[in-house]
Formats: sequence, structure tokens, C-alpha cells
Amino acid sequence: MSVTIQIPTPLRRFSGDQGDVVAEGTTVGEVMQDLTRRYPALQRHLYTDDGALRSFVNLFLNDEDVRHLQKEATPVNAGDTLSIIPSIAGGAGGTELPELSPAEIRHYSRHLIMPEVGTAGQRKLKAAKVLTVGAGGLGSPLGLYLAAAGVGTLGMVDFDVVDESNLHRQVLFGRSSVGRPKIQAATDRLRDLNPHIKIVPHELRLDSSNALELFRDYDIVVDGTDNFQTRYLVNDACVLLGKPNVYGSIFRFEGQVSIFWGARGPCYRCLFPEPPPPGLVPSCAEGGVLGVLPGIIGSLQANEVIKLIVGVGDPMIGRLLLFDALKMKFRELKLRKDPSCPICSEHPTQTGLIDYDQFCGVEPHAEEVEAAFEISAPQLKAWMDEGRPMTVLDVRNPQEWEICRVEGSMLIPLPELQDRLGEIDPASTIVTLCHSGMRSARAVNFLRQMGYSRAINLAGGIHAWSLQVDPSVPMY
Amino acid sequence: MFTLEITPGDLQAAQEHAAASYPEECCGFLIGRFNAATELTAVVRILPVSNERQESRHNRYLISPETVLAANKEARALGLDIVGYYHSHPDHPARPSEFDRDHAWPGLSYVIVSVEGGRVADTRSWRLSDDRERFEEEEIVSGAPAGFQKEAAR
Repeated sequence: MSVTIQIPTPLRRFSGDQGDVVAEGTTVGEVMQDLTRRYPALQRHLYTDDGALRSFVNLFLNDEDVRHLQKEATPVNAGDTLSIIPSIAGGAGGTELPELSPAEIRHYSRHLIMPEVGTAGQRKLKAAKVLTVGAGGLGSPLGLYLAAAGVGTLGMVDFDVVDESNLHRQVLFGRSSVGRPKIQAATDRLRDLNPHIKIVPHELRLDSSNALELFRDYDIVVDGTDNFQTRYLVNDACVLLGKPNVYGSIFRFEGQVSIFWGARGPCYRCLFPEPPPPGLVPSCAEGGVLGVLPGIIGSLQANEVIKLIVGVGDPMIGRLLLFDALKMKFRELKLRKDPSCPICSEHPTQTGLIDYDQFCGVEPHAEEVEAAFEISAPQLKAWMDEGRPMTVLDVRNPQEWEICRVEGSMLIPLPELQDRLGEIDPASTIVTLCHSGMRSARAVNFLRQMGYSRAINLAGGIHAWSLQVDPSVPMY
Repeated sequence: MFTLEITPGDLQAAQEHAAASYPEECCGFLIGRFNAATELTAVVRILPVSNERQESRHNRYLISPETVLAANKEARALGLDIVGYYHSHPDHPARPSEFDRDHAWPGLSYVIVSVEGGRVADTRSWRLSDDRERFEEEEIVSGAPAGFQKEAAR
């Protein structure tokens, strides 16, 4: 049977510059075989080395796709026209989405049966690479839910060690983890939760020298940090790399959630161009936090991460969610991209990472005092036993004072110190103390500036006092 | 030396299509004429189409054979040919991937627009070698006077 084959323009060089070629055969397959016998140079452009028709090459018999007929076994009649039509495919990526094993199908079955996720969505989760910055309050629900949900590559960055005071909110850890590096304890817990995924521990302190290199390997970065320096660093690195930053922050009873993605909406700097003055917003360690709050906010972040990966719902891009746990109210603010944003606007003034301690006005030595102006807990005890005249000045908050105190000390919380200087005798020896010696160091530096030349700091604070002198003083 | 000639307006339209589709890939046809003697491809117009992939749209694109047939018909009506395709690589260089090489034919121009973080970073054009072993870059010429463009396309 003679069939006319229409050769597409770019391949005519291989068919003697002919657009229409006549070939013989009883089926589509035979006709094509005859074609490549006559014009062998066509073979490699139509067929793979294994002899299969290339996946993007389509054969239309009289305007009908043979895939809908009997494929290459479709019989032909004399006078038929066979057209070779490419479907155009390509793209940057090198691999298809990974398949799910039977064990994974069992683990994720409650996801798989929802049409919004399904097998396709679960395979996207498996292919996804997510990095959570911080394995603390927010990092705990993030790690647990993202691992449980099957995010295929889950990186975590932290350099800290599990402390007893973490346990009221950092549900990744139990009593047996106290004293262990958080990253190691978290990795063990998450591997037990889901052995099908890859947990990548990064036991390091994130800074401007390593952030870009670290983030580059991930699709999504989740901000679970507790300080402004790292928060601006995470934002800027994400903007520079074009990656989404799923943001969450907590303070006492309030939380915030958004997705900052410079490529598609505002970034953290569009919302907060400048950090607050240092010391104005206390950290969890200084200001406290309701234990369940990071559980709520971190879970909302995990929800946004999963939506971004699966591609369902409305992501929190350009929206800031505010949560108040006492009023039990959610509020939403619309965010706009700042056209003059120094990093995510059309004409950025900042094109690399900077020194974030300097940017946030944090002086690295503000909380250090000269060794000569410090006293250890046992020495203070000795002075007291000698009956030396002195003022022991506690600069902690009243709530901390309620928990425990050093016998004979007076309380002036650090924020009130400037206004209550008159209560202190400038001629006396003043020993300042706080929880661990940081705030009281600031107090000593301030007092000495004001002329209180005999002010000294209790190194290690009441924590050291309890540890080294008086175990009846509870630690917190 | 192969050359791709495209008007600044068409080049910009392809780049804008790529930026607007970020973080997904975009794709479209290059319609025009190829002159084998001068190795010059003159793009007379571009035809943006939607990415027909249902998943992995961030690193894959697909134009169905039906769309190719329709575009071919449109080109023919203007006395022109499909001379190539353009597509974007979100957060990837403007170089063809292995996947691109498996899905290409020689004799066509493959323009790739690299989009980094939503911004167009690079635009390059490639042709597959006859032995399918590699892509060779061709020069993109844009910005020539309109009269010259018309002359080349004729």
C-alpha cells in the first residue's frame, strides 16, 4: 500500500528536501520502517536507540492521532496521508517526580485519598526540599508536621543544646534529650517518625558567610528564628536566591505568619524596613512565651509550606496573619511590595548579604564587663559572710523576683533603673545580678557611666548562685 | 555561523512572557523563515501558548501536537514556517537540559529565557547538532532597523 508521509520542515534536510514522501506498508509501523529505510538519516530523530518512537513524536493518520487508533499497528489504506507532528516538550529539570513505595503509600494514605493532594501532590512533597531555620519552638511543630507529611528532604539548622526550660514548648524533645545538641535530638526523633524521608542536620550558627550556600540547595526556607539579626539574614538570602521564606514569629501571647517571596510579592523588609532598637523587643528567654503559641504558629507555617509544594489553596503571599492567643482572634493585614525596598524592588540598593549585628544595632560587647568589675557567686557569699557593707541590686523583672531571690537583695528592674537611681547610695559597693549575668552587666556599665564607680556584676547571675552557693534557690 | 534575528519587540514579549509565568515555565512558537544558504533564521512574529503540562510546571513545559498543528496552519496562512520555539528556565541557566536535548530536532531554533527570582537574567538561542549529540549556540541579533528585518524575512 502506498502512503504519503508529510515530513516536518526541520527534518526535510534528511529526506532529500522533500516535504511529501511516498512509502509502502500495511500498517503505520511498516510504513515508517520503509521511510527510515529510504532515508536512514531520519531514524535517530524519530526513534530512540532502543527503536521506540521518541515520546514527543506523534503520528497522525489522516488527521487522527494513531495513539487513539491502534498505535503503530494501525492498518493503512492506499492513498492515506501520514503526518509526523512533534509535541514540544522540554524544561530545565532533569528528573521526573519520584514514585511512592508501597510503605509510603500506607504512611500517606490519608493524604492520597484527598483529590487536592492525591498521588501527584504526595510525589511533589517527596521531591520537595525544605529548610527550617531553628529547631526550637517553631522548629518543633515544623519539623514534626513536615516530616510526617512526607517532605522528601528536610534540612534543619541549629547550634543550640536542649535545656530544661525548652521543654514547655519545644515538643520535639523530651527529658532524655536535655543536654544534647538540638539538631541531633531532632534528627533522631524525626527519623523515628518518618524513615521514608531524608533529614539533613546542619549543626551550625547561620550567618552571612554560610546562608546563601546553605539555602541554595532548598526550594523553600522556613523562618523559625528568635532574633532580628537572623530574621533579616533569612529574608535577604531568600530574596537574593528567589526563594520563598515562610515566616513566623512569636512573642508572649501573640504570633505572626506570612510568606515573604520577593519574586512574587513583598519581603520582610517591605514590611519592616528597619529593625526595632536593640533591647526593645525581648526574646523568649527574656520576655517569656506561652508554651502552646509556637505550636499554633509553627503549625500554620507548616500548612503554608505544604500548600506551596502541592500547589493548592491561597498562599499567604502579600498577607500578614496576626494571632492573639488571649483574645483568641486572628486578624489579617494586606501587605504591599515596597517599590523602593532596598533588596526586593526593581532597582535594589543591596545586592549581597551584610553585617546583620551592625544592621540591627547589636553591639557584640554591650553585655560584657571587664573582669575586674565582676564577682563570682562563692566570692559574693564570702563577702556576705564577712558582713561587708554593700547593696545587692537585682535588675530582673518582678515575675522573676517572685520565683526566687537572693536574701537581702533589692529589686529595681533594668528598664526602671535610670528613673530610680536616687534609691541607690553612690558611695556603697553595688553588686548587680539578674538571671544569668547579661542584663546585670548592662546595668553595671550604665551605673559606672553614671559615676557609681563601685558597681560590680555577679557573673552567671542567680543561676550561678543557685548552682554554686544555695541549692534551695530554684533554677528557672 | 547560525544567526537568529528577532525584533526587539518580539524578544521583549518572549521575555515578559517568561517573567510573568515565573516560577513556572512558559513556552511559545517562533514563526518566520529559515534561509539555509545564509544560516539565518528570521523571526517574523512569536506566538505565545500556554504550558499544557498539568504538573511539574516549574521545570517542564509541553505543547500538544494539536496546538502544533494549529500553529503550523497559522504560520502557513502567512506564508511562513515554525522556525523554532522559546521556553523559560525558572532559576536555571539559559542552557538546554538533557531533557531538552531528548525532545528536540535539528533545523530549529530553541530560545531559552533564564528567569532568576522573577527577573529575566539571560536569553540564548540553541540549535541541535545533526548527530543529536549537543546543542550549539547561535547568535541572537535584535535591534536591527525594521526595513532590514523585513528584507531578511522575505
